[in-house]
Amino acid sequence: MCLAYPMKIIEINGNHASVEADGIKRDVNIEFLKNSRIGDFVMVHAGFAIEKFNPDKVKDILEGFKEYKSAYRKSSKK
Amino acid sequence: MLTENLLRNKKLIELVVRKIRSLELKKNINVMEVCGTHTYTFFRFGLKKLLPDNINLISGPGCPVCITEDIFIDKALFLCKDSRNVLATFGDLIKVKGTSQSLEDARAYGANISVVYSPSDALGLAQENPQKRIIFLAVGFETTAPLTASILKEAKKARLNNFFVLSAHRIIPPAMNVLCNDAELNIDGFLCPGHVSVIIGERPYKEIVKKYHKPCVICGFEPLDMVLSIYKICLQIKEGSCKLENEYNRVVKPSGNVSAMKLIGEVFDVRDARWRGFGVIAKSGLFIKEKYKNFDAEKLIDKPLALRKTKNINCRCIDVVKGKIRPPECPQFKKICTVDNPLGPCMVSFEGSCRIYYEYSA
Repeated sequence: MCLAYPMKIIEINGNHASVEADGIKRDVNIEFLKNSRIGDFVMVHAGFAIEKFNPDKVKDILEGFKEYKSAYRKSSKK
Repeated sequence: MLTENLLRNKKLIELVVRKIRSLELKKNINVMEVCGTHTYTFFRFGLKKLLPDNINLISGPGCPVCITEDIFIDKALFLCKDSRNVLATFGDLIKVKGTSQSLEDARAYGANISVVYSPSDALGLAQENPQKRIIFLAVGFETTAPLTASILKEAKKARLNNFFVLSAHRIIPPAMNVLCNDAELNIDGFLCPGHVSVIIGERPYKEIVKKYHKPCVICGFEPLDMVLSIYKICLQIKEGSCKLENEYNRVVKPSGNVSAMKLIGEVFDVRDARWRGFGVIAKSGLFIKEKYKNFDAEKLIDKPLALRKTKNINCRCIDVVKGKIRPPECPQFKKICTVDNPLGPCMVSFEGSCRIYYEYSA
């Protein structure tokens, strides 16, 4: 029930926005994210955007592991 | 999905698991995954088989449907006896039995029950059907409560007189406090629920770390998130440290979502509330404030409903939600209690431990 998915804002109309992910479009309420902009990724829970999603942070996720880059590179080549 | 390539990467997951093994922790490590979606990820992606045997994941109370008591369903059943009323509910709740029957049973007998995707849909039903009374069954934790608060505010603004909310919203940190005090469980660390944390931020967990000296890691829902968070807990245990870490910082901000929290405070009072399996937990329930009382469905219940014992006396959901037993230890699991014929809520919800064990555990 606490599921939320990242979706991209493609249009904003007041407190509502059209969001898209994998070809699926939805209208969501963005009242909790007043400073939303077109192009932002937001986490959508039950018809509401509850927070922004920062894709850049994903790249940092394993920064503490020096082995990470080579492991990811090797697996990406397969 | 946006991050699947990285966060479901087998090589990276194995790399982190090797890191966990390299810590060479000898004793059993009991990690509670508070959220049911973490339980789902753990089984769905086969992480249980990858991790060392001494890492025990214990499923916690983070499935809203599972901790909602029979009396809430009984109240909903009472309300749907009135032909003027239409219940609007999330799909998860419809198969959960009260003391006698489920909403699905009632619907088969003609009750007017509508499954909605969003609380906004429930409000839309009220606007489209002024001759009916729409009652939204508000179940969920801090992730969902601001959504209910939002539609209540909108209903008040629109002066709707045919929209009501029956609130069973609960908040997570008080339940974690209860679990920390349970010596039988002996929890070494918590995987904190990512989407609850989106709303409440880091502060409530810092209080738990300070008070109970348990490592806490706010955890995302992809398999790499989970093994990384487990690694962070294990590393803290190895180093003898104890702190809150935010692994899910691509979404969770330290302060949470301030405007969502503000709206919760505007619409709900925090009071003692009952949880299935726990009984009453102090300051753990969200109840509709006096200034929104015209929208409180409790006032439509004109006779007091007593707490009754459920007929499913052999159902062990009350122990499952507290992490006291694993689903296979319940005598009904996979015998009488199945996904098609669930005895208790933990077999109904997609976040319920019993259902997840049933579908993904060998």
